[in-house]
Amino acid sequence: MPSRESRIAIFTAFTLVCLAPAQAQSPYGIGRVATPAEIAGWNIDIDREGDNLPPGSGSVSHGREIFDQQCAACHGARGEGGIGDRLVGGQGTLATPKPVKTVGSYWPYAPTLFDYIRRAMPQNAPESLSNDDVYAVSAYILSLNGLLPADATLDAKTLSSIKMPNRGMFVGDPRPDVKNPACMRGC
Amino acid sequence: MSEPTDINEDMRTRRRFLREGGALVSGVVVAGGLVGRKASAATDTAENLPPNVPEWMKTPGDPMGSQPYGTPSSFEKAVVKNIAKDLPQYLSASGRTPLQDLDGIITPNGLFYERHHAGVPTIDPAQHRLMLHGLVNKPLIFDMDDIRRFPSESHIYFLECSGNPNYKKPYGKTASDLVGLLSCAEWTGVSLKLVLQEAGLQAGAKWVVAEGADAAALTRSVPIEKCLDDAMLVYSQNGERLRPQQGYPLRLLLPGFEGNMSVKWLRRLRVAAEPTYSREETSKYTDLMPDGSAREFTFYMEAKSIITRPSGGQQLSAPGFHEISGIAWSGRGKVKRVDVSVDDGKTWQEARLQEPVLTRALTRFRLPWHWDGKPVVIQSRAIDETAYVQPTLAELLAVRGEDYYYHNNAIWPWHIAADGEVTNALA
Repeated sequence: MPSRESRIAIFTAFTLVCLAPAQAQSPYGIGRVATPAEIAGWNIDIDREGDNLPPGSGSVSHGREIFDQQCAACHGARGEGGIGDRLVGGQGTLATPKPVKTVGSYWPYAPTLFDYIRRAMPQNAPESLSNDDVYAVSAYILSLNGLLPADATLDAKTLSSIKMPNRGMFVGDPRPDVKNPACMRGC
Repeated sequence: MSEPTDINEDMRTRRRFLREGGALVSGVVVAGGLVGRKASAATDTAENLPPNVPEWMKTPGDPMGSQPYGTPSSFEKAVVKNIAKDLPQYLSASGRTPLQDLDGIITPNGLFYERHHAGVPTIDPAQHRLMLHGLVNKPLIFDMDDIRRFPSESHIYFLECSGNPNYKKPYGKTASDLVGLLSCAEWTGVSLKLVLQEAGLQAGAKWVVAEGADAAALTRSVPIEKCLDDAMLVYSQNGERLRPQQGYPLRLLLPGFEGNMSVKWLRRLRVAAEPTYSREETSKYTDLMPDGSAREFTFYMEAKSIITRPSGGQQLSAPGFHEISGIAWSGRGKVKRVDVSVDDGKTWQEARLQEPVLTRALTRFRLPWHWDGKPVVIQSRAIDETAYVQPTLAELLAVRGEDYYYHNNAIWPWHIAADGEVTNALA
């Protein structure tokens, strides 16, 4: 049997836990704490500012080699598209009757290129390229779109600093944007 | 990815052939019985009709255990997913529910529409983990046993792909071709709110970035308001564990939002102050307007309906009574009313809604109808509890143009010819 003092201490501790802000509780006690190393291994998404881009770098010329080997079969020798999306060109077409959406013409943020290639490309072997290779391929695709010089090298800082041409063209959801008067008779 | 396409008859025929061939090899007794019945049905004799005793009453049927997991009658084998044969590739692709062949509001699991971006992964649930981190007090990892320990709930919700259908011709021939990237199921899992509370949200938590464990590691950002409202982590569908095509062993389910956001094979939730602006929410699943601007984060699937019977590809046998039946739904809540026109849109009348009418679920509507045998155009129009009215394709195109691509919720009329053939009136 615990002493009266220790019972009071336990009661006080229990009360403090209950009175702590709701977000500090784990109501069900389910799951285990994720370690920093575990999080680091899985936390691969990169936002539009390029936060969380990894160390490393790659040149346009090295990117061309990787692209020829790993990407051209689906995306075309110069990114003109095939089984995979067209990646190059189309700038200035979005407001025309034949819009062409590519990395160069449509993608609003350059760091997304690194994020997507690393997580999902090449389609037959995603997450197989080194970070240096992903920087290089990103550099090559940006270069094909006239957004990087042919002798450029890309890293976290330079990728984050690229301003994509279509960046300012995205707007929020204004729907409902279409009104049907719901005529019942004599329509 | 979701272009309207013809039903792949060749693929169906081939599949039927393979299935029958396989059945013949694998089970002599069962397969022999099926083929025999098929043969007698095909001969179209009266020997099984009154006053004769049908042959299937004169011999015992298939024994218990012939099908440890039940499958539809062999006479229903044409009812399969509608998968185009001319897709550029089949790893990032979609397959449609045969809406015109289904009744009620629940989609059988084997016919639930599929959309995946890098194939269907095979995931051992014992090796699957969900990581929850970012702006939380305590980053957590859950295994599937952990997830199932949380208080559970079940809800019936529809799920619809945002590109269902395209705005451009050629338009599909059947209801499935047009809006078959739509299905509805009873989902069981845990409220995402409970799981987030387990880790403890920090100030500034405005978005949750969800990531799949497929080869696309598909990533979408979800507003925290939705995560704390009706979002679920789902492990079962229509009573059984999720099918691999639907995210086995765990998926996100965001009722009323475009389907791709209900991330399948869910492995990670990062609580953040900002969206991650992934490829799937910038270069894809954004809506290009005629002026070159593009709408982003267009989550809701707006009110919509379609007549599934009679519908494109079907045939009315004769003039006389025919029930018009279809489905209606809205990502913004309950369907309040469905109007049907049987005179090419000149007049409309209110259809009867099958109860229960559920929030963000399919609602079945019906209208008794007498066809006089003359050519006619029939169509339906859904109105939801926000008073939003499903628009015509012309009304949508006037605002959005034909390169908008996603969120086409147009009224779709069917033309019925004098011989009873039903076709797409806009094609």
